[in-house]
Amino acid sequence: MNTAANTTRAPAAGRRARITAVTSGKGGVGKTFLSANLAAALARQGERVLVLDADLGLANLDVVLNLYPKITLHDVFTGKHSLPEAIVAAPGGFHVLLAGSGMIEYSRLTPEVREQLAHTIRELVPRFDRILLDTGAGISDVVLYTTSLADEVLVVATPEPTSLTDAYATIKVLATTQGRRDLRLIINQVTKSGEGRVIRGQLQQVVDRYVSPTLDVPVKLEFVGEIPADNAVRDAVRRRQLLLECLPGSTAAQAVIAAATRLNT
Amino acid sequence: MPDLPPTAAGALRLDTALALIRQAGRPLPTGSPDSAAWLQELIDALCDLSSRDALTGLANRRSFEHAIHRESDRVARSGEPALLLMIDIDHFKRINDHHGHPAGDQVIRAVAQALLATIRPMDTVARIGGEEFAIILPNCPPAFGAAVAERVRQRVEREAIGLPSGQTLGCTISIGGAYAPQWVRSTPSLWSERADLQLYRAKSEGRNRTCLEPTPVSIVSPEERGLLFGTSSFEDPQ
Repeated sequence: MNTAANTTRAPAAGRRARITAVTSGKGGVGKTFLSANLAAALARQGERVLVLDADLGLANLDVVLNLYPKITLHDVFTGKHSLPEAIVAAPGGFHVLLAGSGMIEYSRLTPEVREQLAHTIRELVPRFDRILLDTGAGISDVVLYTTSLADEVLVVATPEPTSLTDAYATIKVLATTQGRRDLRLIINQVTKSGEGRVIRGQLQQVVDRYVSPTLDVPVKLEFVGEIPADNAVRDAVRRRQLLLECLPGSTAAQAVIAAATRLNT
Repeated sequence: MPDLPPTAAGALRLDTALALIRQAGRPLPTGSPDSAAWLQELIDALCDLSSRDALTGLANRRSFEHAIHRESDRVARSGEPALLLMIDIDHFKRINDHHGHPAGDQVIRAVAQALLATIRPMDTVARIGGEEFAIILPNCPPAFGAAVAERVRQRVEREAIGLPSGQTLGCTISIGGAYAPQWVRSTPSLWSERADLQLYRAKSEGRNRTCLEPTPVSIVSPEERGLLFGTSSFEDPQ
């Protein structure tokens, strides 16, 4: 396994990564798939990107990327290995920090886990330009806590009513409990072009009506992009490869690249 | 298979334990006093005794702490909302001062019975302090919470409590409630604090009322859902 200990550049003075939490409320909407492929797209644009399995072992980032490193975040937390040893180069030109299966025992957010996570992220920030936190499904306090460590939040939803409801609940919780006023939105698995913007509009309308009136500053949802439902995505997932690596010409891959570009504005 | 060690009931000093059970009016263990089954019954009776409030027979504070821990774990796993009600008898000191402590005890017992009469078998009613009670309601949807709390309050208000002096007395309660948030793991102490805060609100707004924490933010109302899917049957006033 090629660890990134020697490939990540030394901390550059004054530089710090922008931390983006990728979250969804509902599971199974393509959060991990998007985290990995957005990371690859951002890496192509010259960014030093790290994806952190902030679901503490349940994010399936290892499955999506077909990576099974010997050293994981679990070994860092237990003091067996240093953080750089656990950072692994992923196929798409970015790096990942996987939690390891032993992390499931950390699904209870004890003060120690909070401190370890915050410390890990503090150490990562000078080494990268962008850190994507692939958070867990639901609105557990691990999800809320890891999200609170991010500079910005990217909410992933699909046009499914259950996904929209959970995305809306997530937006509401983040607005009211974390003071988030600008949230970014990506709509996955759209069947018609333009559907993503319509969905953003619907979510914004409900937020304007039911969430913003209780707050000092209204909540704005920024549309980052829509990813079409595309067989290429299924093929890539089955092959356990990045979409951007195996089917870079597909419409879904192009949409991911466009969304990554908008993430940087 | 190794021999099971013989039960040592004969060598144990169990007089105090048996006296406690007898005094509480609970059935004494049956069967041979030297058998494991007899000891088990004795231990079960002691456990039961140690989990109940002596005056009312409700769950006591220790038992309540156990139940609220179990319930917040269950909510975290299942995502089913649970409601915690904190209840306090209004102006209890006045009752004690005007009618005496035996009357005060009678009021506490009557409120306990009224609370028991309004809840489901799965709910836990506890006396957690002098004139303070708590009810844990597992799997209680937020849409029903206010009605449940109000039913409890009205049941107590209707009660005519017979005092040892032969007089009858009415009393009222204030109720504060909070949900264990769906999905969000919360500690039992935070949960109780939130319910206590609502109880404080009910007291300061004039007593004999119920105050529930506003619906948790993670819950999406039918109105919000309707607008989200563009199928709202609600007329837009604009």
